[in-house]
Amino acid sequence: METISFELNGQTLDALDGETILQVADRSGIKDIPRLCYKEGYRADGNCRSCVVEIEGERVLAPSCCRYPQHGMKVNSKSKRAIHSQKMVLELLLTDMPEAGKSPYTPNSELDQWVEKMGLSEPRFSRRIQPELDNSHPAMSVNMDACIQCTRCVRACREVQVNDVIGMAFRGSHAEIVFDLGDPMGDSTCVACGECVQACPTGALMPANNVGLEEVDKKVESVCPYCGVGCLLTYHVKDKKILRVEGRKGPANEERLCVKGRYGFDYVHHPDRLKKPLIRLKDAQKTTELLDPKDWHKVFREASWEEALDFAASSFNNIRDKNGPDALAAFGCAKGSNEEAYLLQKLVRTGFGTNNIDHCTRLCHASSVSALLEGIGSGAVSNPFTDVKDAEVIFLIGANPISNHPVAATFMKNAVKNGKKLILMDPRRTELSRHATYNLQFRPDTDVAMLNSLMHVIVAEGLCDEKYITEHTTDFDKLKANVAEYSPEIVSPICGIPAETLREVARTFATAESSIILWGMGISQHIHGTDNSRCLIALSLMTGQIGRPGTGLHPLRGQNNVQGTSDMGLIPMFFPDYKSVTDPEIKKWFEDFWGTSLNPKKGLTVVEIVDAVHSGGVKGMYVQGENPAMSDPNLNHARSALAMLDHLVVQDIFLTETAGFADVILPASAFPEKSGTFTNSNRQVQLGRQAIDPPGDARQDWWIIQEVGRRLGLEWNYESPEKIFSEVRKATPSMAGITWERLQKEHSVTYPCTKEGDPGEPIIFQNGFPTENKKARFVPAKYSHADEMPDQEFPFVFITSRQLEHWHTGSMTRRATVLNAIEPFPVVHVHPDDLKKLGVEAGDAVTLESRRGKISTYARQDLGVQPGNLFMAFGYNESAANLITTSVLDPFGKIPEVKFCAVKMSAGGLPEKRIG
Amino acid sequence: MNKKKLGKQKARLLDPAALQEVQKLLSDMPRRKDLLIEALHLIQDEYHFISAKHVVALASEMKLSHTEVYEVATFYHHFDVIKEDQTPPPTLTVRVCESVTCEMYGAKKLTENLKQLFTDGSVTSEQIRIQAVPCVGRCQHAPVAVVGKNPIDQATPESVKQCVEKNEILPTLPQYVNFAEYQQSGGYQLFQDCLSGKRDAESVILELKNSGLRGLGGAGFPVGSKWEIVRKFPEPRLMAVNIDEGEPGTFKDRYYLETDPHRFLEGSLIAAWAVGIKEIYIYLRDEYTAAREILLREIEELQSAFPEILPEIHLRRGAGAYICGEESAMIESIEGKRGIPRLRPPYVAEVGLFGRPTLEHNMETLHWVRDIIEKGAESFSSHGRRDRKGLRAFSISGRVNKPGVHLAPAGISMRELIDEYCGGMLTGHSFYGYFPGGASGGMLPASLGDLPLDFDTLQEHGCFIGSAAVIVFSDHDKARELALNSMRFFAHESCGQCTPCRVGTVKAIPLMEQKYWNKSLLEELSQTMEDASICGLGQAAPNPLRSVIKYFPKEV
Repeated sequence: METISFELNGQTLDALDGETILQVADRSGIKDIPRLCYKEGYRADGNCRSCVVEIEGERVLAPSCCRYPQHGMKVNSKSKRAIHSQKMVLELLLTDMPEAGKSPYTPNSELDQWVEKMGLSEPRFSRRIQPELDNSHPAMSVNMDACIQCTRCVRACREVQVNDVIGMAFRGSHAEIVFDLGDPMGDSTCVACGECVQACPTGALMPANNVGLEEVDKKVESVCPYCGVGCLLTYHVKDKKILRVEGRKGPANEERLCVKGRYGFDYVHHPDRLKKPLIRLKDAQKTTELLDPKDWHKVFREASWEEALDFAASSFNNIRDKNGPDALAAFGCAKGSNEEAYLLQKLVRTGFGTNNIDHCTRLCHASSVSALLEGIGSGAVSNPFTDVKDAEVIFLIGANPISNHPVAATFMKNAVKNGKKLILMDPRRTELSRHATYNLQFRPDTDVAMLNSLMHVIVAEGLCDEKYITEHTTDFDKLKANVAEYSPEIVSPICGIPAETLREVARTFATAESSIILWGMGISQHIHGTDNSRCLIALSLMTGQIGRPGTGLHPLRGQNNVQGTSDMGLIPMFFPDYKSVTDPEIKKWFEDFWGTSLNPKKGLTVVEIVDAVHSGGVKGMYVQGENPAMSDPNLNHARSALAMLDHLVVQDIFLTETAGFADVILPASAFPEKSGTFTNSNRQVQLGRQAIDPPGDARQDWWIIQEVGRRLGLEWNYESPEKIFSEVRKATPSMAGITWERLQKEHSVTYPCTKEGDPGEPIIFQNGFPTENKKARFVPAKYSHADEMPDQEFPFVFITSRQLEHWHTGSMTRRATVLNAIEPFPVVHVHPDDLKKLGVEAGDAVTLESRRGKISTYARQDLGVQPGNLFMAFGYNESAANLITTSVLDPFGKIPEVKFCAVKMSAGGLPEKRIG
Repeated sequence: MNKKKLGKQKARLLDPAALQEVQKLLSDMPRRKDLLIEALHLIQDEYHFISAKHVVALASEMKLSHTEVYEVATFYHHFDVIKEDQTPPPTLTVRVCESVTCEMYGAKKLTENLKQLFTDGSVTSEQIRIQAVPCVGRCQHAPVAVVGKNPIDQATPESVKQCVEKNEILPTLPQYVNFAEYQQSGGYQLFQDCLSGKRDAESVILELKNSGLRGLGGAGFPVGSKWEIVRKFPEPRLMAVNIDEGEPGTFKDRYYLETDPHRFLEGSLIAAWAVGIKEIYIYLRDEYTAAREILLREIEELQSAFPEILPEIHLRRGAGAYICGEESAMIESIEGKRGIPRLRPPYVAEVGLFGRPTLEHNMETLHWVRDIIEKGAESFSSHGRRDRKGLRAFSISGRVNKPGVHLAPAGISMRELIDEYCGGMLTGHSFYGYFPGGASGGMLPASLGDLPLDFDTLQEHGCFIGSAAVIVFSDHDKARELALNSMRFFAHESCGQCTPCRVGTVKAIPLMEQKYWNKSLLEELSQTMEDASICGLGQAAPNPLRSVIKYFPKEV
């Protein structure tokens, strides 16, 4: 590798390509050049001037953080001139600090550190009039009296996270950091990602309530429990409690976090945490009314673990013996670890003797996965989402990563800022729309027509990758014939996008060097969700935009471990690693491996299980860390099923809405209270490490599952998650090469990693597909509409959606102080014209009613929503959106159509009383 | 439960009426980021301020975030961003110049008097505001007050009041050589010769090199060499013409603009031809309203006369920021951003406007191109005194009888300028000292009144000629006051990017206000400002104060 040889302080050094003087100095052990506005990983700005050095032959001093060495350059960081200015800069900055040499806002002020290293004393200049402090935000304090205008926060907000809230307004000595138009941080569009706090060198931006000043007992490196990005983080623990969270460098997040990961951790310390096993009182009736955790003693009594476990298992045994194994079912937890998931599916298969095991993937990407398995033989992503940096075109459809995968969204925004094109297709405009090159706000439900029209253009204009089609696919003729009728002119009035735009988008996607497709629930949560995904797969295959960096198919996995739980076979039709339960050879293998006979029938899925409860087929359920009483569609139907069960065991950390229906409640461990492996959307298996102990008598999930299993007759002696993991490796060839030791060392390993020593493959399908003939298959889709179209009586389209601050059913986030402070109340997003027609003002209560149920909530006006559409998150039990959604299923994926049903909206009403 | 907060997404909603207003104002202006400042001008011109609603609407139109618009608007002093809880300014602003020469001529008193006057006059304080502003480029007519956009020379409270009452808020255009007249007397012939092949770029460049013409904005880079350098970089190349003339004491660009504007335009066209440039951006300071009017008319005439062959010419407005006279800050401003100078390397010639190789010139530099090429290098280089070569347009103001633009040989001395060109010192004033190059060029005592004034001759004395903005002061003045005035100017105009300048200028002021200066501390501060500031503003800001310490020590 070519290096550049130059002199620093008389010493000859070799700079690598792209290294600045400062970086070479640091790398060579010369670490005494001061620097403040420089932050590794961020663009160097060179504004503080504390790093200036003297370069022979130059008139003025140079900022070493921004200068690249040239051959033969002679640099001196210790010359009289250089030292003088380094010190003077520090002195000038120190002058305006609230306390010279000791920041009141952080024990680690970088300014203080350099002041000490350079031996400065009291500044000799007069201090500025200090700006006022701003404590308006629940998570962050703004102390501008400690601001040195280094702009690290500006770069954090504008270049790293690209939320574009922070600016530097005015000029000269009046230049000040502002939020929006110089507003208090708490009133601004700040999304509380905390990147600026993490970046600030002096504590001018710091965590609220002085938590940044406290000394911690230990720091534990772990993973975030929220979404499928899988950010790595560090828990700072004091007095056995989590005090704060910092971002840690990981392959999926660099060092970034979002508001949930960074500030939404104190739910684990909420007083409502379950601490003791509970058994339902004999005469406590089950109704569809939700139980307020405060009233737990009216319905439950505390019990010992022995009693609770015995009762839980014995009732399962009774039902199994009396009604058959298929009368039992379980829902596993997609936030739980791979080890927990593996154990639970093994319990269900070998303990219950059924394949009735499923989890919330059914409500999420089930249709995407079924299309992927059908078309390319594998349900996992082909490329990590970080590949957007290598893509020329980013095609994002039916997803809201700004709210649900915020850190992944930052990489998309970074890519756009670097000149990449973003094609955004969604019926709703969000903050991401501003960055999109093409913004297609199409009519909900018209995805197949729209996508087929893109493919029509690609075929008609000869933009297919013929070579790729021939070498790697089958059935292209079928697809070609199918899309022939979907010209942009015909499709435009259907989807509401101009024909010319459809053409441009198609051309842009097809002709780019590399195009990557990412999608979310907008695609999957429809009765034609599988069809929607089939179209995306076809789009990718016909243009050869797969199997290379910056290309491929990435269904953005929602839960932090939903990829892992699916991999672990926590689903009714597959064993671990997607081996079919109905395949006799595979069944034999697992029978040998687990030492017992197995049920040859594939099991029921989530909504099917609910229906089976109603029909009397399923009588007993084991629910671990799932909250179907909030997440299932058509909640009246789902909740009445829960109330109908003969025996329901709920294992969770809170007395959730679902737990209220239980016969036995087993108090379990929250994410920071366990160690285990978790697989994010990028197929990166990451190690979560235990930071604190479960409260009271709550236990590890894996221990609980083992204890139940033992009482079902299973002779289990797993001693630790590590031991479970070694068995997981044997059952899951894709992960066979990953060892616990390697995870401890590297924190994150990508699968497939089939042999020890394999690096792990981030990009797959580079040489064909895991199908029988190694080829992918085109499956054409015809445009069909949703099950329940709007009509006179129910004229609005109701669409469940995501919120940045709250996660899914709200069991964690509504108990997280900062998150709930930002968004404490349920809202439905409505176009202002629709509000006006109703005679309702923004903030007023409205009532939404469908054929299945009724809720009242508050109206929030949103110009990003199309008139006639309503968007609402589903985590507020006082206003549970799923009470009105439909449970009609996609025939292949069995996913309910929560993205489209017909409702009517009227003014007034009052949300229910919030429970918990 | 705050219903308002609940009912909307965070922060400000887009107001449909404001959006319509902005759309109407912008009309078919492309919604490009680089046109942000032009768009802000349209709003400020129409409403006399920029409301929060309009900031939001503009952000929406241009697909920017709210703060991206806010931080740009608040950088420039000609934009009044008014938030919901603030009061919009009166529709009429009277700007009183407070820079060096105007201060010498009683600017402070004028401002005070004007403020008094309008509290009890026929015009109320709701309708008018008096603002003290930095140099407006009319130093030869000091003191100057600008009523709206109408400059009042040798302003008195009475003359300003009259103007206000008559609502004379637009300037009268001076007489100048218009397109027809310029063409009639041979203008644009050279340009056409270049295009038709009668001239070749290499020989034109050589002529310029031989003439010794150097950049007249202050940096003094040899012109011929600059064309050569930019020419070597890959296409597309751009050109930026700097008419941000903001250095206190300088008004030569305005002079040439308001008398003979086509000469620099022709120079620009020739440069564009020689270097291979298809787009020219002209950046004109916002205070020069008459000049803008002239340029708009004359550029249109020029474009109608030569419809197919001209490079694209864009005229951009400054918005009240001296720092935008610094070439890279000007480029940032043309790109629609805060006027923050860039770190060099890379230099503007290689990575300039929109990331392209850019030829940047002060307007006056281009003004001389035609003459030099038509008449030959010697016609320029044969002038000069004391072995210096060339001519210099000195903007002279201060305690002399005939202030104004005086074209004189390079190397002339201050005394010679006073005696031969300026009609001597004012009666009762004896020559005490002078600024040879505006506020940033430092100060020299009368005892050094015989130094040759040119590039490279004053550095050893801690000064430089810069834009040849000469301010002469007398025994009626205090050098320390003028130095303090200069430092206040720099503090006011600092962009705020780097510590030595942002903090240094402001910390120097109280030190300079003390009766006895802490000279060692001021020198320590000065050294860092000179050594470690990013751009010339910070690097030159300590010059006046160092001059006082060196040459006027009795005062401090």
